[in-house]
Amino acid sequence: MGGPATAGAPGGAVEGVVTRLIVDIREKRLAGRPVLGSLAFSLDEGEVMAVVGPSGCGKSTLLRLVAGLDRGVTGTVRWSGEGARPVPNLGVVFQQPRLLPWRTVRQNLALAGADPAEGERLLERLGLAAQADVWASQLSLGMARRLALARALAVDAQALLLDEPFASLDEGNQRLARAVLAEQLLRRPVPTLLITHDLMEAVALAHRVLVLSPGPARLLFDQAVPPGVRTDPALAAATVAALRDLAR
Amino acid sequence: MVSREAADRGRAWLIRALSVLVLLLAWEAAGRLAASPLAPPASTVLAVMARETASGVLPHHVGITLARVAASFLLAMGAGTALGLAMGWWRTVDLWLDSALLLLLNLPALVLIVLLYVWFGLTEAAAIAAVALNKLPTTAVTVREGVRALDAELLEMGRVFRYGRAATLRHIVLPQLLPYLFAATRSGLALIWKIVLVVELLGRSDGVGFQIQVYFQLFDVAHILAYALAFILIVQVIEWAALQPLERRAARWRAS
Repeated sequence: MGGPATAGAPGGAVEGVVTRLIVDIREKRLAGRPVLGSLAFSLDEGEVMAVVGPSGCGKSTLLRLVAGLDRGVTGTVRWSGEGARPVPNLGVVFQQPRLLPWRTVRQNLALAGADPAEGERLLERLGLAAQADVWASQLSLGMARRLALARALAVDAQALLLDEPFASLDEGNQRLARAVLAEQLLRRPVPTLLITHDLMEAVALAHRVLVLSPGPARLLFDQAVPPGVRTDPALAAATVAALRDLAR
Repeated sequence: MVSREAADRGRAWLIRALSVLVLLLAWEAAGRLAASPLAPPASTVLAVMARETASGVLPHHVGITLARVAASFLLAMGAGTALGLAMGWWRTVDLWLDSALLLLLNLPALVLIVLLYVWFGLTEAAAIAAVALNKLPTTAVTVREGVRALDAELLEMGRVFRYGRAATLRHIVLPQLLPYLFAATRSGLALIWKIVLVVELLGRSDGVGFQIQVYFQLFDVAHILAYALAFILIVQVIEWAALQPLERRAARWRAS
């Protein structure tokens, strides 16, 4: 993987505010049908955790619970931290871009509470500077996805929740977006949940990989990524192969 | 260089103008063939309109009717939109008010007007309330449907990024409701001025409806048509000068 390395280990403190996520789900049902099974993990300050699982296993449901958009669950989903609100300020990339089509690219950032300078910098980095004053309705899907990522990264978030943030990007933009995310995690390490079905991506960006079973998702295993992975392609490949074996 | 779009628009205007001209000529011919004061040709009606305008009588009555239309329109749209928002948003509110709304929706305009005049006298307030109450339920129902059709995913996005109530309403909800509000405005304008005429005919001593009542008693069809035509023209001007530009502005983001 060519992307720059993320923080080698969790721990870069963000201005004294420690935000931590504790998940201990016994079951989650939607319309009477179980969508999540037994699932427990915690996400610490500055830690990037990849959640990997087959499509439809309930990864997005997990993200909705963590984002506080759905509270009906048997078990606990809890954020803790100094003076913590029930849910901290989040930077979220949803599976769909969820932009306001009737506002411009720049307005979409501003309305979400993005820091103006940071917003401009990210637009520039993600190749959207020329589209800053274009209606969001006029963006291609790839551009819309990059804007959604810029929005999540430009708000002063205490935690990031990213649901397949690189899906439907072409090869080059995928590499670019990964690099931008890795850079950002290095500059401002906040607890990050990265939902993906790509083990390579998980290993490249995360400190830990959580592998889920097919739905209703149970936790199969929770594996730390060896620190050297990001500089050693052979180790990365070996790690991915080992994870794939475990998942089987 | 004239853009294709401008040329298209020019052509559309030309066809519109020609269609009005054809309509006027057909009316003129039919009126002349009939040769009866009960079916006057266009030229006679336009002459009456010009005379009544010059004397100031027509502008006076049209102005009064317009004021009543504006007052009841604002009342009906304001209250109807608020009601529709509340009913679309909160199911309990909807359950409480739905039957009353259905009742009002199916109550004939005439019955409502007569009742309000009987209860509150032949007053300006009763007249405007009667008109507003006739329009309010359709506005509420239209806006309620708009609220029910709101994109839940965008509302969630607003919650996650902490838009707050005012920004959610302004930037997420309102843009999605605009088509419904325009539909309510357009049908409302058409409905309200017709009901205002009935209200004036039944219980006011001025306005276009009152004038039509007077000329009905005289069997003066030319005057009746002159007043009606004047009002149709004004409503059309509102559509062209205000509604359509506003709608185009609101839909700018859709243009590719």
